[in-house]
Amino acid sequence: MRTVYAVAGGVSKFTKARPDKTFPALVKEAYDYMLNDIGLEHPRFYEIVDGSVVSYFSDHFARQLMAGIMVQDYLGLLPKPSHRVEGGGATGGLCFQEAYKAVASGDMDVALAMGFETMSHVNTWKGNEFIALASDTSFDYPVGGFYSGYYAMMVTRHMKEFGTTVEQLAHVSVKNHMNAYYNPYSQKRRRLTIEDVRNAPMVAWPLTRLDICVMSDGAAVVLLASEEGLAKLEKAAGKSLPKVKVAAIGRGTDAMRMSDRPHQSYEDFYRYNALPNEMDADSRAYYKELWDRGFRYPGVHSFRAGRMASKQAYERAGITNPIEEIDFVELHDAYTSSEIQTYEDMGLCRYGEGGPFAASGKAFMPTVDYGLDLPEKSKVPVNPSGGLIACGHPVGATGLMQAVFAIWQLQHRIKDHFGNDTLQVPNARRGAIHSHAGTGTYVTVSILEREE
Amino acid sequence: MSDKPIKRKMEETEEGTTLFNVPFPTELTPEALQSLKQMAPIIVKDPYSITYIHSYGQDSPWFAGLANKVLLGSRQPETGYTYATPRGHDMYTGKENDWVVLPQEGKVHAFTVCHFGSESFLPETPFVLVLVEFEGANTLLLGRMIGVDPNDASLDWIGMKVKAKFRRLSKFKPTDVYFVPAEA
Repeated sequence: MRTVYAVAGGVSKFTKARPDKTFPALVKEAYDYMLNDIGLEHPRFYEIVDGSVVSYFSDHFARQLMAGIMVQDYLGLLPKPSHRVEGGGATGGLCFQEAYKAVASGDMDVALAMGFETMSHVNTWKGNEFIALASDTSFDYPVGGFYSGYYAMMVTRHMKEFGTTVEQLAHVSVKNHMNAYYNPYSQKRRRLTIEDVRNAPMVAWPLTRLDICVMSDGAAVVLLASEEGLAKLEKAAGKSLPKVKVAAIGRGTDAMRMSDRPHQSYEDFYRYNALPNEMDADSRAYYKELWDRGFRYPGVHSFRAGRMASKQAYERAGITNPIEEIDFVELHDAYTSSEIQTYEDMGLCRYGEGGPFAASGKAFMPTVDYGLDLPEKSKVPVNPSGGLIACGHPVGATGLMQAVFAIWQLQHRIKDHFGNDTLQVPNARRGAIHSHAGTGTYVTVSILEREE
Repeated sequence: MSDKPIKRKMEETEEGTTLFNVPFPTELTPEALQSLKQMAPIIVKDPYSITYIHSYGQDSPWFAGLANKVLLGSRQPETGYTYATPRGHDMYTGKENDWVVLPQEGKVHAFTVCHFGSESFLPETPFVLVLVEFEGANTLLLGRMIGVDPNDASLDWIGMKVKAKFRRLSKFKPTDVYFVPAEA
């Protein structure tokens, strides 16, 4: 595999509806931002770029098949290679990884990953129906297809199993909305209290409207290149570009029907799913006690796909203790609860410790005042951008939005793009991005590193 | 007095006004053509409806079972691994599963109360979703639960014994079976 650089990115402003532009024009907005950032105009860039991968989640939202080629066409990238990639909520993360593979394999030197979603084409409740079509339409959808409902069932199990509280969930909402306050691209920039989150209208018990991300229109573009590709871009731009490399990618899957997920033994967990930082005697004793109490893995409270994606990415990047070796994480917080579940999958804490971890302060930015009494200092900021809950979740763009924000973090250029450096993670050298689909069916984790 | 917050926003609805024409420059000067870039977007509505001819294929006996008050599961005969859902082939051995009869009593493994939902289910809110565990099955089954107060949700519902009930007039949908508290 060749070294792959994440050179630059661009995002459109994420918002409830963008009736002023069609989806190809929305992607063009993000594409032009990216080009402007590296200092190239389209005709010169066209001579260098080898092709693209385009992602959007739903043919129902788009009401247009082969929408990917319409983006390639509108941007003026014909007749270069391109294809569309789709995988539910992880669509953007998969797109990033497919473009990475194109470069790593030697198929391309310069590849674009571009994603979008236009969810405003239908009202919210119809949108929920479209999203729920990403559950088994014979067995799950007809029972009351509603993703917030599926996730709320995981929450009640997590609460019962580990004693996780709704106030701990609300900490995630306060954090991510507050972070987004300093991110001009985000959809919801709000100062909230724990009480605000709990007093918001109940959607699926115990998740309130402020525990759940919203529907968005938006687009994001990421530029990936090999060493040769980067040299070509630098030559054309007449300047040196900041070096952020994609250190590793990882991917995992799990059963489409949440009810079909296995309930494995302690021995199998240690055989297949445990991370290096869980191999010590203390962790083994901790997990043994969980199993003695009836815990089974992954059950419906944990995402085996997220764990396996992390495990693969960490192994490839040489990470053995993620909380000590990763400086920030942009993860798929479609729900406050799924952020907590993902802390555990990614090994930032052990399974069952996600609730206390969320309220500890470790995942908060050191530079932001949240109006909360947090017992511990910032350790690994999670969703410094505001995440899906506050930035928005235009599905096909989301995983790429995370990549763009991670690139800017690692370039130490948040100020240039956000207009203020509040959300700049100090000395960011290594970041992880995490994209997640279905009830935990496809998950991607990619590790990005700053190269000095 | 209700403890629900008082609404401060009028509900948005989607009945619009039909426009048969919009203003347009009468003199098509370069300036007038340039000014078209400031025009508000024209938004049209397109209804879309489809009737799918959907076969349950190898899973069909499960639905036939529900119509006859039988809850079927799938078992790998060699390992005994049992799914509480219809599944033609086992995910571990790759071999074909056999049908087995599941008990009609189980326990709530996880639940939620949906106060909102997808458009097609909005009229049914609030409704309760449960994942049910059965003795002798390694996996769960998703279903609706009735016979509890949806406004009184509690973690105590987890572990509650439930029994399966069946619609008399089958719709050949997974909701032909639903669950009620066993002690009710």
